[in-house]
Amino acid sequence: MLDLEKYILRIADSALIISHRLSEWCSKGPTLEEDIALSNISLDLLGQANSLLEYCASINGKISADDLAFRRNGKEFYNFQICELENGHFGDTIIRQFLFDSYTLLFFQKLSQSKDETLSAIATKSIKEIKYHLRHSSNWVIRLGDGTSLSKEKIQNSLNNFWKFTGEFFEMDELDKKMAECKIGVDLYKLKNEWDNIINATFEKAKIQRPDDCVMITGSKKGVHTEHLEKILSKMQYLPRAYPDAKW
Amino acid sequence: MQEEKFQQKIEAEQKIEPKDWMPDGYRSHLIRQISQHAHSEIIGMQPEGEWITRAPSLRAKMILLAKVQDEAGHGLYLYSACETLGISREELNKQLHEGKAKYSSIFNYPTLNWADMGAIGWLVDGAAIVNQVSLQKTSYGPYSRGMIKICKEESFHQRQGYEIMTEMANGTKEQKEMAQDALNRFWWPAIMMFGPHDSDSPRTGNAMKWKIKRKTNDELRQNFIDKTVGQADLIGLKIPDPDLKWNEKRGSYDFGEIDWDEFWNVVNGNGPCNEQRLNHHKKAHADGEWVREAAKAYAKKIT
Amino acid sequence: MNKAATIWEVFIQSKNGLAHKHVGNVHAEDKEMALQNARDLYTRRNEGSCIWVVKSEHIVSSVPEDSESFFDPANDKVYRHPTFYKMPDGAKHI
Repeated sequence: MLDLEKYILRIADSALIISHRLSEWCSKGPTLEEDIALSNISLDLLGQANSLLEYCASINGKISADDLAFRRNGKEFYNFQICELENGHFGDTIIRQFLFDSYTLLFFQKLSQSKDETLSAIATKSIKEIKYHLRHSSNWVIRLGDGTSLSKEKIQNSLNNFWKFTGEFFEMDELDKKMAECKIGVDLYKLKNEWDNIINATFEKAKIQRPDDCVMITGSKKGVHTEHLEKILSKMQYLPRAYPDAKW
Repeated sequence: MQEEKFQQKIEAEQKIEPKDWMPDGYRSHLIRQISQHAHSEIIGMQPEGEWITRAPSLRAKMILLAKVQDEAGHGLYLYSACETLGISREELNKQLHEGKAKYSSIFNYPTLNWADMGAIGWLVDGAAIVNQVSLQKTSYGPYSRGMIKICKEESFHQRQGYEIMTEMANGTKEQKEMAQDALNRFWWPAIMMFGPHDSDSPRTGNAMKWKIKRKTNDELRQNFIDKTVGQADLIGLKIPDPDLKWNEKRGSYDFGEIDWDEFWNVVNGNGPCNEQRLNHHKKAHADGEWVREAAKAYAKKIT
Repeated sequence: MNKAATIWEVFIQSKNGLAHKHVGNVHAEDKEMALQNARDLYTRRNEGSCIWVVKSEHIVSSVPEDSESFFDPANDKVYRHPTFYKMPDGAKHI
């Protein structure tokens, strides 16, 4: 697999897996309006994943975007582990989304300047969508943090539990460094400060505490995941794998 | 006097708007009909939502997600129209949870394979379209406008379903079997969606007089069958009705007798999934209570 | 039973230059969420370039009983309509 393919998959897989998680909220939202909002975000992210997987497939030349989505094994997926975590309650989902949206906005803003034209174009289109997602998730972080004492307690716990998964956002391995050097990829170290600013500002408005630094979970760039990914894939990939000759 | 003026407006094909005088019967009939329709859209999200996570291609996943989003949207348009009649969404929810309100019986059947997504889109949305096109001319303004909006969006739903069925009917042996199986299970429930025979439907009289309904149950049902048989033939699937036959004189299909016992059983809450659907809805509502309370509390703080 | 959510009426301007049109309502607790919900519900197919949301309780409406005195007098006053005036044949740009 080419470096570029692997790099694209990292971005695509995060979008694909978190979109899948969001789609699980269908018919379970706290209001109908939220049901629509969450599935709307899920659809946007699925569209981003699709564009990226199509691009990756076209570089590879021998497989399709569907093959990439439905026939790879768990250790060949490179999504951030935070994306595969269970939805939990609405607060868990919102915190996960907020942390992810605030990061991906910065990431795509930098990626829109990539020397790779296709990546740049996909990133530019995605920024508009992510700005809206971030507006949605940060609005809810604020409303839950500064709502009732119960909602504050719940969302603070969500944040505390998910915090250790945010370290992966800023890890750079050899591939990242190589991609950043040739101006195709993004220098992730440079995103950290601005990300801190964004999330701290929202935490302040929400009147919740930023968790203390802790030992961060790592591994997704090597295909190491939580046990949740396998459960997701066994559902998501079931039909194409059970009927390998079928066209859908 | 008011009743006369009201009926004249109806005869003149004028729309009745929320603030207009209307007979109590008109108002309550509409509340029941519109809310039933709204509940159907929302409950319908459940069987379909189940399959988004198992959609077998990226395209299928995107389309199904968009479709289910639309269903939520349609439910919202309809609740919104219903609220103009002086009832709250919360009260409508309560009626649903207490079993006082009904929703389309088709959603009380389980979805057993991917082809069910095809069958639901093709047959259930197809039946809904036949009904809704007719309702665009309903006499109550907000309901009519809601229907026009919904109709614009609904035809993609039916095409999505038919496309799935076509692909599977022309696919592998297992796919074709799944497609036929789905058709076998959803055909009769789909034509039952149009409700009891006109002769067994006591409310049809008023509904037609007040132009809430523009066509009767049997007329709509016949319309749907006539449209759909050819579509099944085209993709090589067999409709599970041995009495289905083209009647040259009527210019329509004759069809077999509906199992009304099954119909009433399911309508009255004894279908395979009634309890499951309602419990799911109640749970989602209960689970979301803390979120809704938080939003209210925050709103109070900022005003 | 839960306390009812706030209802907001939604008006969409589908294209620049056109007037906002009423499309229905949304439930939300504050104006920011009302705007977002309205966008999600009513502009999924690019039907909007601008959204207004107004709390339902703030809408003031005329009542049907007044429509005769409110609106009928305009019916006789045909001189407000351009077709009332006779123009000589051949008059252009008027």
